Amino acid sequence: MVTATVQPHLVEDRPRSASLLRMLRRNPTMVGGACFLLAMLVAAAGAPYFGTIDPEELNPIDRLRGPSLTYWFGTDMLGRDLYSRTVYGSRISLMVGLCVAVLSLTIGLAIGLLSGYLRRVDAVVMRIMDGIMAIPAILLAIALMALMNASAQNVILALTIPEIPRVVRLVRALVLSLREQAFVEASRAVGASIWRVLLRHVTPNTIAPLIVQGTYICASAVIFEAYLSFLGAGTPPNIPSWGNIMAEGRTYVQIAFWIILFPGLFLALTVLAVNLLGDGLRDTLDPKLARGFRGGLAE
Amino acid sequence: MIAYLLRRLLATIPVMLVVALFVFALLHLSPGDPAAVIAGDYASPEDIERIRHKLGLDAPLHQQLAIWLWQVVRGDLGTSIFSNLPVSKLIGQRLEPTLTLTACTMIFAVLLAVPMGVVAAWKAGTWIDRSVMVFAVLGFSLPVFWLGFLFIFGFALKLQILPVQGYVSIREGLWPCLRHLVLPSLTLGMVYMALIARMTRASMLEVLREDYIRTAHAKGLKPHVVLLWHALKNASLPIVTVIGVGVALLIGGVVVTESVFAIPGLGRLTVDAILHRDYPVIQGIILIFSAIYVLINLLVDLMYMVLDPRIRY
Amino acid sequence: MTAVAQPQRTGWKSLLLAGLLLACCNAVMAAGGTLKIIPHADLKNTDPIWTTAYITRNHGYMIYDTLFSLDANLQPQPQMVDTWTVSDDGLIYTFILRDGLQWHDGAPVRAADCVASVQRWGKRDGMGQKLLEFTQSLTIADDRTFTLTLTEPYGLVLESLGKLSSNVPFMMPERLAKTDAFTQITEPIGSGPFVFLKDEWIPGSKVIYVRNPDYVPRPEPPSFAAGGKRVHIERVEWLYIPDPATAQAALVAGEVDYYERPPVDLLPLMEREPGLTVAVIDPLGTQGWLRPNHLHPPFNRKEARQALLWMVNQEDYLRVIVGDPQFWRTCGSYFMCGTSLETDAASEALVQQDLDKARQLMQDAGYAGETIVLMDPTDIPLLHGASLVTAQMLKKIGVNVQVQAMDWSTLTSRRVEKKAPSEGGWHLFHTWATGADVASPVNNIGLSGGCEEKAWFGWPCDERLEKLRDDWARANDAEQQKSIAEALQRAAYDNVPYVNYGQWFLPTVYRKSLQGVIVSPVPFFWNIVIAEQR
Repeated sequence: MVTATVQPHLVEDRPRSASLLRMLRRNPTMVGGACFLLAMLVAAAGAPYFGTIDPEELNPIDRLRGPSLTYWFGTDMLGRDLYSRTVYGSRISLMVGLCVAVLSLTIGLAIGLLSGYLRRVDAVVMRIMDGIMAIPAILLAIALMALMNASAQNVILALTIPEIPRVVRLVRALVLSLREQAFVEASRAVGASIWRVLLRHVTPNTIAPLIVQGTYICASAVIFEAYLSFLGAGTPPNIPSWGNIMAEGRTYVQIAFWIILFPGLFLALTVLAVNLLGDGLRDTLDPKLARGFRGGLAE
Repeated sequence: MIAYLLRRLLATIPVMLVVALFVFALLHLSPGDPAAVIAGDYASPEDIERIRHKLGLDAPLHQQLAIWLWQVVRGDLGTSIFSNLPVSKLIGQRLEPTLTLTACTMIFAVLLAVPMGVVAAWKAGTWIDRSVMVFAVLGFSLPVFWLGFLFIFGFALKLQILPVQGYVSIREGLWPCLRHLVLPSLTLGMVYMALIARMTRASMLEVLREDYIRTAHAKGLKPHVVLLWHALKNASLPIVTVIGVGVALLIGGVVVTESVFAIPGLGRLTVDAILHRDYPVIQGIILIFSAIYVLINLLVDLMYMVLDPRIRY
Repeated sequence: MTAVAQPQRTGWKSLLLAGLLLACCNAVMAAGGTLKIIPHADLKNTDPIWTTAYITRNHGYMIYDTLFSLDANLQPQPQMVDTWTVSDDGLIYTFILRDGLQWHDGAPVRAADCVASVQRWGKRDGMGQKLLEFTQSLTIADDRTFTLTLTEPYGLVLESLGKLSSNVPFMMPERLAKTDAFTQITEPIGSGPFVFLKDEWIPGSKVIYVRNPDYVPRPEPPSFAAGGKRVHIERVEWLYIPDPATAQAALVAGEVDYYERPPVDLLPLMEREPGLTVAVIDPLGTQGWLRPNHLHPPFNRKEARQALLWMVNQEDYLRVIVGDPQFWRTCGSYFMCGTSLETDAASEALVQQDLDKARQLMQDAGYAGETIVLMDPTDIPLLHGASLVTAQMLKKIGVNVQVQAMDWSTLTSRRVEKKAPSEGGWHLFHTWATGADVASPVNNIGLSGGCEEKAWFGWPCDERLEKLRDDWARANDAEQQKSIAEALQRAAYDNVPYVNYGQWFLPTVYRKSLQGVIVSPVPFFWNIVIAEQR
């Protein structure tokens, strides 16, 4: 299978002083993305304090009302307030995105390090990873969801598993080239244990590419959560998530476009913000990756 | 080279084996008893036992695995729990729309995205470049079904220039078939196009910096000849890679797109099977899609040899 | 512009008249053409005895025929049967089949086929089981004649054989009818007005039927399932489109002719199209059921179930799940409103809402804040909406409700669990039943008090209910039936086997060029003519 060759470079080589102002000038889109994300995080955390009402409250009289002063984003077919649902919905999307990114990076890093360093493990692990990668991610995720109950935790699990092999490959490629580097060989020569070498010398050098990879995983997880919910195999519909709100509202595209419009807009903006942040980070942290193959969203 | 081919072919076996193991585990990890599902609401325990025996579900696990693998190798993917039809027949019925849609999307996407990327690289730094880049980032960020509904709303309902849904086989005419595929292909192809345009631009930018391009220009060759003949040819390797790898993206998108546009393909079959927990069908689909994906990767590797004579195996 | 039938005002009889008028005048029009419809569900199984799914029932009416059929007054009329006699003591029924009936494979329909079909149906269907309980023997006299001998007089022999809704006693060839009742029949051969093209069937997408050229319709005009099934179209295609927005758009764009169950909220989009007709073709409507589990606390106590009655306000449900008031009505009758058995006896608790009383009754039932498991089938918008309303009301009366989201197929496998709700069982779920099923006490499986062995999921256990249903089945005249039904309803409001959360009438939308669409609880596709549109 085709592997993107990743040239790791060394943390030790890079200047660290980049003031915020300089970053802003050099990369305004990244800062914009970061600011939007921050705003979304604040809104998600403080959802009850942003003029919302109970997102579950049914109101049989006020069904399918358009955006107005009372209902900023309108109401859905059950008379629930869409502004409140969209704000609360950001919690699920952001949580799924962050958790999938962190989990797949952590697990992928662990497996990748071992696999890159212990040649005997490597063959078996990589065959399994190739196998998982051969199953299209969304199919794998919905198949996993078919095995489990619909819940936010299970969605996170189902989206994490397909991402792991890509992280493993990335880490492994980094490790394979790092272990030939002089400073790693040197510390091996002075008798440092394998674990020490992995933790002290190899891991820090994988952080930058992993963070970049993590943003892409995060972006794709947010979209995939919406896909799963749209297909009826995601977050249980009694929890408002952007995907669920849109899945329920798709019947009403023509008479109540706002049901799909607002959550879709927020979803698109969030993913856009994460992608911009990722592109910016890549350019800043890892210029050599910049023109390379992008990870996360491939699949 | 033949040795390499053989080695590549052999390497797909363990991959497909892992997929097969996963797929087998799927049925056995599934909550609920498949025999009870097949037997229906009012079945007695004896009925369920009889069905379980008929399906071989009472045999030891390794024996079931062996039997199942043997069946799969012979092309027998089992029987759907719900419609009682062979899974291979169900998949066969649905293969055509999905393949047509995917092929159409690939052609659309490559024809649009590669020129976009080339022009963006050529006019690097101008507004053309920037709008292509904005398109590329947006393409990644817009959810497929949202886009699909936007298209339906605009082109099919407001402007009424394209049909809303459905699939017309190419056997009933090329034009009716294409008309029905325009919106789904655009929807499905958006991410794919973004990916290809971005990669084309990056790859072209790199090549355009090379000395031989400057030489070619210096020789007085026309700019478009340099661009298409010298640059694009040399930039094509990563583009082909991304076209191949991106097929996985299409497979994922197909599932969503077919639901939106009511195309009776494998994607719809997948969603139906998942919603009804029709495990034999889910198993069959995963096997087929994975096999297609592995096959395409194989093809991409082979393309390498054709495109880049420097690579020798 | 659009003829929206308003059942609660006009009543279904006048609607029917309209259907008949169309029927009579269309005979002169040319036959032919393809009718493309969007059915309410995907046809998954083709054996209407094996499953009660309405889509399979509708499929059954396409390709199979029945011995008797109910007409618009819910009276059984002969369909495949030509003549029949009943002995003076009411114990022996002799049926003679019509001449010229034949299966799609060309074989003639014989009495032996019918006997085997009735027997197989009697193993699965509730009404069939009841009929066979009263049956001493079912014997073949000659190729066209068979005899049913009862052990004691039973008032519903013809009603059973002409049962309108699932499971309908469809007639199948003997070799197929001999199939175990718990195994699906896969060879779809009937004697009905359409032939199923199995090779062109794409599950999840397409079902194709063509006109059965050898079908001999009865001479009478069509009325519900009764009367002549004259087919004027060559081919019927069921195109399943799960997404309502897409389906609606396809109809408006002229890609299909008939959309069986559009969501009421989308009707305004179709009403403004001049080429479309919006009509309620099911005059009986549908009844919503909130089913408590009678096996486990607190709903093992009738006080808790009565609390649900006081809690429910039908209007809240109907507004949420249906919307436009012209398509629903509140109804305090267990046997639907607008039927011959309609009664408001003892319905105060349902008709009025009193949350304090409901709270008090929950306490009387010994409820002390335990988690109540409500199964919410989120893939069915109507039931999802109803579940959310119930959850909100339960919270208001101080019940600690846990809404468990699942899909309908999971719900159907979970609802059979008799275990305690905390161990994988359940407390409450919602469903609905069509008027054709609910309007008769014997057909209404929700009213069965047959305990764990015989009652429907939820397992109410009440001898009164069972006895009254049996009495109703034995009763011979309409007056007697009506008073028994009233007594049954009083018992039901005391025991509360289920709570009726309202009655609604879902419209069908079709092209104006379709004429002769039969008004009936089941959509039929005979009698329809596609007029030329210029």
